[in-house]
Amino acid sequence: MIEKALQGNRTYWTWIGALLAVMIIGGLFYLKQFNEGLTITGLSRDVTWGFYIAQFTFMVGVAASAVMVVLPYYLHNYKAFGKLTILGEFIAIASVIVCMGFIFVDMGQPFRILNVFLHPSPQSLMFWDTVVVFGYLMLNVVISRVTFSAERKGIAPPKWIKPIIYLSIPWAVSIHTVTAFLYSGLAARPFWMTAILGPRFLATAFAAGPALLILIALWMRRNTNFDAGHDAIHKLGIIVTYAMSVNVFFITVEVFTAVYSGIPEHISHFKLLYTGLEGNNTLVPWMWGSSLFAIISLVLLINPKTRSKDKILAFSSVLVFLSIWMDKGLGMVVAGFVPSPVGKVVHYSPTLPEVMISLAVYSAGILIVTILYKVALSVRESIS
Amino acid sequence: MYDGGKIILGLIIFLGLILFPVWYNIANGKAGYTPDLEIITADDPGRDACVMSSEYMRPYHMDLLNEWRDEVVRERDRIHVAPNGKEYNRSLTGTCMDCHSNKENFCDRCHTYMDVNPYCWECHNIPEGGQR
Amino acid sequence: MKISRRQFIATSGLASLGLMLDKPAKALAKADLPQKRPLVGKRWAMVVDLKKCHEQENCTKCIEACHHEHNVPDFDNPKDEIKWVWKEGFEHAFHEQDNPFLNEELKHSPTLLMCNHCDEPPCTHVCPTKATWKREEDGIVMMDWHRCIGCRYCVAACPYGSRSFNYRDPRPFISESEFNQDYPTRMRGVVEKCTFCEERLAKGELPACVEACEAHALVFGDLEDPNSEIRHILEERFTIRRKPALGTQPEVYYIV
Ligand code: HEC
Ligand code: HEC
Ligand code: HEC
Repeated sequence: MIEKALQGNRTYWTWIGALLAVMIIGGLFYLKQFNEGLTITGLSRDVTWGFYIAQFTFMVGVAASAVMVVLPYYLHNYKAFGKLTILGEFIAIASVIVCMGFIFVDMGQPFRILNVFLHPSPQSLMFWDTVVVFGYLMLNVVISRVTFSAERKGIAPPKWIKPIIYLSIPWAVSIHTVTAFLYSGLAARPFWMTAILGPRFLATAFAAGPALLILIALWMRRNTNFDAGHDAIHKLGIIVTYAMSVNVFFITVEVFTAVYSGIPEHISHFKLLYTGLEGNNTLVPWMWGSSLFAIISLVLLINPKTRSKDKILAFSSVLVFLSIWMDKGLGMVVAGFVPSPVGKVVHYSPTLPEVMISLAVYSAGILIVTILYKVALSVRESIS
Repeated sequence: MYDGGKIILGLIIFLGLILFPVWYNIANGKAGYTPDLEIITADDPGRDACVMSSEYMRPYHMDLLNEWRDEVVRERDRIHVAPNGKEYNRSLTGTCMDCHSNKENFCDRCHTYMDVNPYCWECHNIPEGGQR
Repeated sequence: MKISRRQFIATSGLASLGLMLDKPAKALAKADLPQKRPLVGKRWAMVVDLKKCHEQENCTKCIEACHHEHNVPDFDNPKDEIKWVWKEGFEHAFHEQDNPFLNEELKHSPTLLMCNHCDEPPCTHVCPTKATWKREEDGIVMMDWHRCIGCRYCVAACPYGSRSFNYRDPRPFISESEFNQDYPTRMRGVVEKCTFCEERLAKGELPACVEACEAHALVFGDLEDPNSEIRHILEERFTIRRKPALGTQPEVYYIV
């Protein structure tokens, strides 16, 4: 099967080459980070988590979102998603690997990472996060392999895979819930210590993940002979619409609680994000950008007339994805650390090496998706 | 099986090549070679024995060090009793390197030969003489 | 147990006499024992007397002593900074106590901060490798630098900002004259913090900062020992702790 990934046209190879080039450049930056330490990032004594961990958090969401195609198909027998499930599962696999990559590059002593398993500490949520994320990878590898090879042979998948697929549904919810608990259980960080963080993570995941899937499916329909189907793609659009509405509602709820109660410890973090705090306002345009994208996308998505047009759906999906990424992939993590426990306002922004290393990790994920999709496409072509 | 003979011949040549250092050393009578170690306290009365027997230390000193490390840092037990009844403070820099102060000609010489590179010295200090 | 002021003065006088006598006694003990007796306690704690501390304007003896003892590097930039004991304005250290009319002197006076060695430490709960944990025997929040993977979850979990991460190799930034041969340095990629000088306690010595403080503004002792100086102080004086509402039960107390 895998040999199909080695046959492709010029565009395919240019794409693969470009991804590899980014990985090599980022790899060189990682070498520098490995030798000199995380000092080459923008992280500091007060902001100890930043871009890497934020990307991790965001991608756990994308990984979990596969459940949005798996659940309707398997639990509600919604046949239109039949073709999409495998795409969703492949995205999940690549996303989980990207997550692991971001954890790895964020580690101060990466070669000691096995200590997590040598000295398991069930009272730590990071331990559980490692366990559930790794388990989720295994589940998706097994499920996609078994269902896909059944499809290739033109037979029904074996019966024993069904319970595993059912298990993967709550499991997907669990990976993002545990990731949220990682933050929301910290009394030291009032910004994260909110019961709604878990639900918020799920809402953003179920908006951003399917938005990405819409974009991929639309692209494939135009450029390959794989068509997920108009119905399926637009059903995803409805899922994105609901999830994004819920997300915006959750953000409003959060802001209300902080602002109306007026507790300085809670309000100050929102100030940092939306109005600037003690002269530090680099995140302000960023976060308003995110809000603006959210509103525009909602206007376009909620109106069925606009939503039903492929082009507008694609545009809104880009906005949804960007809006959530800007919030969850940077603002959410940084604001937890600023102001610091002693009330200090410190500036954080990712440095060039940090961005390059992150790009390399993403490229690795995109490479995996590309190869998996290539194989899936070629196999499907040869069936039909 | 096609070309069985050729494959086996190929394997023999391959093994012969990768095992070159081994048979080269055997041929040169160096099979049992160990580097010359400089044990500067060997003639000091009271410091002429290691914290465990030499036979134990040679293969297991890293395990002993790991044990010391955990006992000191995690179990609060800082005293090691040597087979000859002497008590030692469990300390890499303070005890091992007090006797084996010539790190270069002792620890390093053997490690270089064995191609191991303990990372302990990124934090643990090397007594006077060596750079820290 | 309740004691009167007079009893307290008498006992503390006796105690300091004892301390004076203790010096030759220790020297004698050293002569025939390979090691001084370790200081043992069931629940170590510290009292910081801010009044006494402020009287010594700009004094940094305790900080210097600690940072010398433990080879804490000086990077000269706040981004990579590592600190075990440090000073922070009162309005930062106790920002829940801040008010617009707070005594001017107190408001801006630097407050000595360090790891609180909490009874319920959030940092140890989150550690995925047990590289930091609460030592049940004496309450010290320990660090095992051999095991730390540098995930910095403990830094995120500490409500007091007491933990520092080694963003780079610290060794070039420990000056030759400040270097202490007897304590290992750390390396890039691990987290570190104050350990109440557990290595000095094991040698029968008080923490370096306490020993260095000539104003006697720092008192270290065992809370489980009802006759300890620290217990007397806590009974006699009004003390506060940082962020008590979080339920971490810090073991560093402040007299304001
Ligand atoms: C990240 C820095 C670091 C590294 C690397 C490191 N250590 Fe340590 N080690 C320490 C520190 C700091 C202490 C002191 C702990 C204390 O006294 O509370 C220590 C204590 C010890 C002790 C007990 C007391 C002493 O002073 O020796 C032993 C034994 C020890 N380490 C062995 C090792 C060995 C063996 C290695 C290499 C395999 C190693 N360490 C690597 C930081 C390190
Ligand atoms: C009291 C002094 C003393 C101390 C302390 C000491 N050693 Fe030794 N060590 C010796 C002597 C002397 C020998 C040689 C003994 C012999 O040849 O029988 C020796 C032998 C050894 C050997 C075997 C060398 C060989 O012959 O191949 C090793 C390895 C070793 N020591 C490591 C250590 C380590 C590691 C420590 C700390 C845990 C340590 N030593 C502490 C004195 C000491
Ligand atoms: C006789 C040769 C010899 C001498 C002398 C020796 N070592 Fe070793 N040491 C070894 C070998 C061989 C290994 C690797 C063992 C393995 O990998 O299983 C090793 C491993 C170690 C390790 C573990 C490194 C790792 O990466 O796991 C430490 C720590 C260590 N030695 C410390 C010392 C110290 C300190 C001294 C000097 C006091 C010393 N050794 C002297 C042979 C020696």
